[in-house]
Amino acid sequence: MVRIYIDQKPYDVKPGKNLLETCLTLGLDLPYFCWHPAMGSVGACRQCAVKVFKDENDKAGRLVMACMEGVRDNMYLSVNDTVAHDFRSQNIEWLMSNHPHDCAVCDEGGSCHLQDMTVMTGHAYRRFRFPKRTYQNQYLGPFLHHEMNRCIQCYRCVRFYKDYAGGKDLDVFAAHNHVYFGREKDGVLENEFSGNLAEVCPTGVFTDKTLREHYTRKWDMTMAPSVCQHCSLGCNIIAGERYGALRQITNRFNGAVNGYFICDRGRYGYEFVNDPDRVRQPVIHAEKEGRNLFESLSGILTEGKLIGIGSPRASLEANFALRRLVGEENFYQGIPENEAELLRKILAIQHSGHVHTPSLKETEYADVTLVLGEDPTNSAPRLALALRQAVRTKPLEDIAGSNIPLWNDAAIREMIQDEKGELFMAYPVNTKLDEIASGALHAAPEDIARFGFAIAHFIDGHAPVPEGMEPQTLESARRVADLLEKAERPLIVSGTTLFNGDIIQAAYQIGQALEKGERKAALCFVLPECNSAGLALMQAPSLAMAMKAAETGKFATAVVLENDLYRRAERSEVDRFFSTFENCIVLDHLENDTARRATVLIPTATFAEGEGTLVNNEERAQRFFQVFMPKNEHIRESWRWLDEFRQFRDGSRPDELRELDNLLEELVSAMPQFKGAEMAAPLSDFRINGQRIPREPHRFSGRTAMLANVAVSEPKPPEDTDSPLSFTMEGYRGLPPAPLTPFYWSPGWNSGQSMHKYQSEAGGSLRGGDPGVRLSGDGVHFSNGLQGTIPSAFKRQDNEMALVPLPHIFGSDELSVRSSSVEGRSPRAYIALSSLDAERLHAAEGSILQMRIGGQVFDLPVTLKNELPEGLAGLPYNLPSMSGITWPAKGVLTNTAL
Amino acid sequence: MISLLRSIGLIFLHMFRKRETIQYPEEKVVLHPRWRGRIVLTRDPDGGERCVGCYLCAAACPVDCISLQATEDEHGRRYPAFFRINFSRCIFCGYCEEACPTYAIQLTPDFEMGEYNRQNLVYEKEDLLIDSQGKYPGYNYYKVAGLSAGVKGKGEGANEEPPVDIRSLIP
Repeated sequence: MVRIYIDQKPYDVKPGKNLLETCLTLGLDLPYFCWHPAMGSVGACRQCAVKVFKDENDKAGRLVMACMEGVRDNMYLSVNDTVAHDFRSQNIEWLMSNHPHDCAVCDEGGSCHLQDMTVMTGHAYRRFRFPKRTYQNQYLGPFLHHEMNRCIQCYRCVRFYKDYAGGKDLDVFAAHNHVYFGREKDGVLENEFSGNLAEVCPTGVFTDKTLREHYTRKWDMTMAPSVCQHCSLGCNIIAGERYGALRQITNRFNGAVNGYFICDRGRYGYEFVNDPDRVRQPVIHAEKEGRNLFESLSGILTEGKLIGIGSPRASLEANFALRRLVGEENFYQGIPENEAELLRKILAIQHSGHVHTPSLKETEYADVTLVLGEDPTNSAPRLALALRQAVRTKPLEDIAGSNIPLWNDAAIREMIQDEKGELFMAYPVNTKLDEIASGALHAAPEDIARFGFAIAHFIDGHAPVPEGMEPQTLESARRVADLLEKAERPLIVSGTTLFNGDIIQAAYQIGQALEKGERKAALCFVLPECNSAGLALMQAPSLAMAMKAAETGKFATAVVLENDLYRRAERSEVDRFFSTFENCIVLDHLENDTARRATVLIPTATFAEGEGTLVNNEERAQRFFQVFMPKNEHIRESWRWLDEFRQFRDGSRPDELRELDNLLEELVSAMPQFKGAEMAAPLSDFRINGQRIPREPHRFSGRTAMLANVAVSEPKPPEDTDSPLSFTMEGYRGLPPAPLTPFYWSPGWNSGQSMHKYQSEAGGSLRGGDPGVRLSGDGVHFSNGLQGTIPSAFKRQDNEMALVPLPHIFGSDELSVRSSSVEGRSPRAYIALSSLDAERLHAAEGSILQMRIGGQVFDLPVTLKNELPEGLAGLPYNLPSMSGITWPAKGVLTNTAL
Repeated sequence: MISLLRSIGLIFLHMFRKRETIQYPEEKVVLHPRWRGRIVLTRDPDGGERCVGCYLCAAACPVDCISLQATEDEHGRRYPAFFRINFSRCIFCGYCEEACPTYAIQLTPDFEMGEYNRQNLVYEKEDLLIDSQGKYPGYNYYKVAGLSAGVKGKGEGANEEPPVDIRSLIP
């Protein structure tokens, strides 16, 4: 701690920070533009001027940019000094001299950092009488709208897009007073994190294009803290609603998980909630006509034995409610056996005690990273961004001795030049991370696993060595092993993407080899879906087991929870499975093939309409909260429906109706491995000064008019029985606990930049700790998950091709692909081949080949990927037109044109 | 005693003053142009809707009786898809007019809006939009705004330079 004096008041502050961070941490309002807590200072905007004095007797002082000056002991400075204040207000006036008269039609208005800073400095009247500079805009794709006239040249966009996210196609053009931020020519912004520009830009140059289609000001939205549903990382988001439709997803800061940024799948994948194909009414199959829902349900539920199929995209509560309805022994995970096996293995590894499971934030500080059989950019995009930071921040260690502080971004980047941290990629095809990797291996999954075993052998001589490896591959394995061994914070990333247990085993062997007493290697696993870990922790058998059990014919009814089984197994198998039941109850929110097989179809809530808990890839239990109460009373959380079913069957006892808290309590007592999940957020009776936390900002408008077209007397606002949040604007206005923060706002700070008011220090973790609870996994026995043998090398088969699934950030996720913007970026179905294989089949890029996998036939255009080994082909994973393949798959490829 | 007589005298004198009470509704009251009555949505000099759906009126409204939804046409021009004022809640404070950056929403000197049924006091856009510029003639927001929404191209506005040629380095 050092002592500084700001405007004659003493403060004890943390050393090593710059003055701007320090002032913001102390709660002083100091305007800024170009500084960003995740990206450091460059001193480009000249906005955060303060006066620094030589000593206590110095009266003149000198102006400095607070973001470019470090904190020193016994420092005297002034924020409110007239010269400093006038400088700041003149600077804003200059920035505003070319800013258009656009606020009324600008999407940023009401959450605009430039607006806030202008008001803060007191610039109210325009004195500049001369013409304004104008620019032409560009088309930037389905995610972002470009309005270049509004730019204030803070350079945050290129610093984020190019430096932080590694984008190539956004840059600064032209010179002096008309620099231009855009692409070389019109076109789709390619980077997977482009949507963050809407939040990074302090004004309205880049705005959310999907929000534009149903534009709502920030102050008019009903918002709730939520968790992204589109991959296993569990990034924290804020979801906003107006007039019964979900309008926008923005980032919610969680220092341990996503920090300041989320990927475009998470930001733009929300529109499935507003899909016209939503299931909105309970549907009873034609044969049961004449009976109402209650009668037919209580009939079905009491008539015979039930089998329950859970889902990795449903919440813990929903899966548990189903398990209780059907009984523990009749509850099955709705995932293929292979996937269940991989998840068991991963959980066993994470609880083995030999490796460390890092949070997403920790992965940003790895000094050597090995990615074994994963393509994070497509399977867990936010992790790819974290790995980029690991590569970027590693060289900073070497300059720790120099006089340049780490927040001085431009200077340290100049100093480290092109130096990078070590990242090694092993994946069948090229990935986006290859460009920053110090080495990459493109091989079949078996060979990637063998490569991993070889690395383990080179670290720990006791580990077995794979036979017959190529000397070149062995040499690079030796190099990676050497790097990992010397590393202080080694990180191994692996996961389920290639559906190969040997790769996971190899990752574990490396982790085990690296274990030195207390020091453990970090092993980060990418899982398939948002609650895969939670479902796997319930330790139920897989879908294949359910199919086997159903064949005995002892079950009369299947209850399928939020799961399209036709995506999990081959069509004929699923058809046979459904034909063994008299009745099938399907609970889902979207129309799909499984929903069409239902005898009773129950509409359920999406993440925006209900509450629940998800367990992410590091086994962090996180609560998402209901954003709005759907007008349609049939749309309710799955766990609420399932709990009611249980009561129908056992004789209706409405007084026993479960609330979320009770359900979680029972979950934890039934399965102690979930201990801590009930603490992920405060209980529903939590109040501050007797008040709930409002989901609506205090300036929320239209309360007495929005429903007046239906009836002029305003209805009572909906009540929330499951959480301490309220659906109104009334309630506690101070800082809520971190897991309950529905939006970021502070007096004078309307934009998302007000986040620092919610942090214990600017850029640090949230006050009261980052949300989410890591589960201990106590009381679970992960049997024989830790053994494995070295697989034999991959060999080309003459009659059939081995297939690897290639996930795509836009397209492979079942829900987000229902958003029109995401669907627009999704690839068409294809088959990736090496040119050797293509030549053999007399095919060229684009020619159509027929692929037969089991009983399924696909006609697919060829994409040449020469890095693929001969005999191995890649197929896009889980595209809507290509689901139902059991991975790892083999297929027969023929050229029907011949 | 004297004050009593003075009062009687004053009252007597008032008999010869001009009468303030009028025989409404036979006789109509004269209202000033800035009198705050029934709210209307006006049009710009070119006949386009002035409202750009910025939500500032709704935010300014102390009784939250305005609700709207912005949408845009093929040129990117914003307009309200619906615009609703619940006059059974309106207190005619005029804050909406003050907040409006485009002179779209204006209060008019008309108070004769009585209804037997409260539901009829809910006015939709077709009830509010008039074919006039109202009190502020000659203003077209899209001509002075920076963005191009089919009204003027980039750099063709009132006080704008032509668009920058970003491939040029000439100062």
